[in-house]
Amino acid sequence: MEDLKLELKKNIIEILNLEDLSIEDFDDNDSLFGDGIGLDSIDALELIVMLDKDYGIRLTDPKEGKKIFESIEVMATYITEHRKK
Amino acid sequence: MSKYFINGIGCVSAQKTTDTATGFQDFEELTTNLVSVQKPNYREYIQPSMIRRMSIGVKMGAVASSIALKDALLETPEAIITGSGMGCLQDSEKFLRNIIDNDEQFLTPTAFIQSTHNTVGAQIALGLGCKAYNVTYVHDATSFETSMIDAMMMMMDDGEKNVLIGGVDEIGKFTFETQKLIGHVKNEDTLANGILLSESKGAVYGEGAQFFVLENKKTNNSYAKLIDVAIYNELSEGGLTKKIETFLTKNSLSVSEIDLVVLGINGDVEYDEHYKKLQNLIFKNTAQVYYKHFSGEYNTASAFGVWTACKLIKEQTIPQSLKLNTVEVTSIKNVLLYNQYRGKNHSFVLLKSC
Repeated sequence: MEDLKLELKKNIIEILNLEDLSIEDFDDNDSLFGDGIGLDSIDALELIVMLDKDYGIRLTDPKEGKKIFESIEVMATYITEHRKK
Repeated sequence: MSKYFINGIGCVSAQKTTDTATGFQDFEELTTNLVSVQKPNYREYIQPSMIRRMSIGVKMGAVASSIALKDALLETPEAIITGSGMGCLQDSEKFLRNIIDNDEQFLTPTAFIQSTHNTVGAQIALGLGCKAYNVTYVHDATSFETSMIDAMMMMMDDGEKNVLIGGVDEIGKFTFETQKLIGHVKNEDTLANGILLSESKGAVYGEGAQFFVLENKKTNNSYAKLIDVAIYNELSEGGLTKKIETFLTKNSLSVSEIDLVVLGINGDVEYDEHYKKLQNLIFKNTAQVYYKHFSGEYNTASAFGVWTACKLIKEQTIPQSLKLNTVEVTSIKNVLLYNQYRGKNHSFVLLKSC
């Protein structure tokens, strides 16, 4: 689980080009959107594609993303439970 | 008749042109076949939250336009007109690469959204909160000149008082390799003798962004008056001289009244002949300068030529590093710029001191 969280932080920084942030800046329970890390709706689409590509998780309802992408902690738990690769 | 004064200029290039303390004397001649811009501190000009999705081209455009507007003491222009031959090439390449690498699956939106030609103009407008006319022209090596023509027409027909115009093109790594492969970019990595003495085919591949504020009134900061612009997709052999003479006659000038001619020589032995003919014949008694040894070649490099001409007119001196001949000029009043790329897309721009 810890390895997955680290991997997620690294991938999010790289994919979303968050050049000002480092892995250490992410707290596992920080909100990824809004007042936390500050991601937006385009980032959410990038994360949906990342779930599909890297973990074989296809979100059929984009609204699901709001809950799944709440924080690194929530994301990691969801991926662990639903991953197909 | 409308008047068009260039009242603000901004330039991001392979030289430190965003640094006001840097002059032509500090410019360094390019020595490689691929030349990137000197990166300014983007955060001084662009909101940090907007930077992360911007490619180099968008960032360069945002910075150059910001400098030009500040230079002209203008907050929001009445129109934004951009020229870009290749648009946001890096994002286009990234998107296409993703299609291939991922077998047409898992396509993410960012690169696609940002890959269009009008991303630069759009981001400038977003940054300024400017909802005015916003158009991008994609006409190969005459993209910037077309934006100038549109701006002049708008100011003449619609009465706009000011227009922000500019040219932007960025390096794409895949495009560079492809252009090298087909001989449009020089094959040798280093140029021992500069572009002027180069005997090889192809140009030095570069990038840059130059923006200008055109206004209908002269100010204390005016660089030059834009008199006329003409573009020709093709010219027959021998037709070039005739077209230049016709262009000058249309503007009540003769060849002998041109004080300075600014040529787009890019070191391509195959096509620089167009310039050499002018240098040795109709403009042999006219002071001549070139500029692509400082900027490299890109579809809107002629905007760097206009930026150079504006500086020369304002400063009324011609640095040795730009000179192509020894003809001395006491006063730089009428300046003609001529550019072409690979024997096509010829352009004339006529500037006058004011």
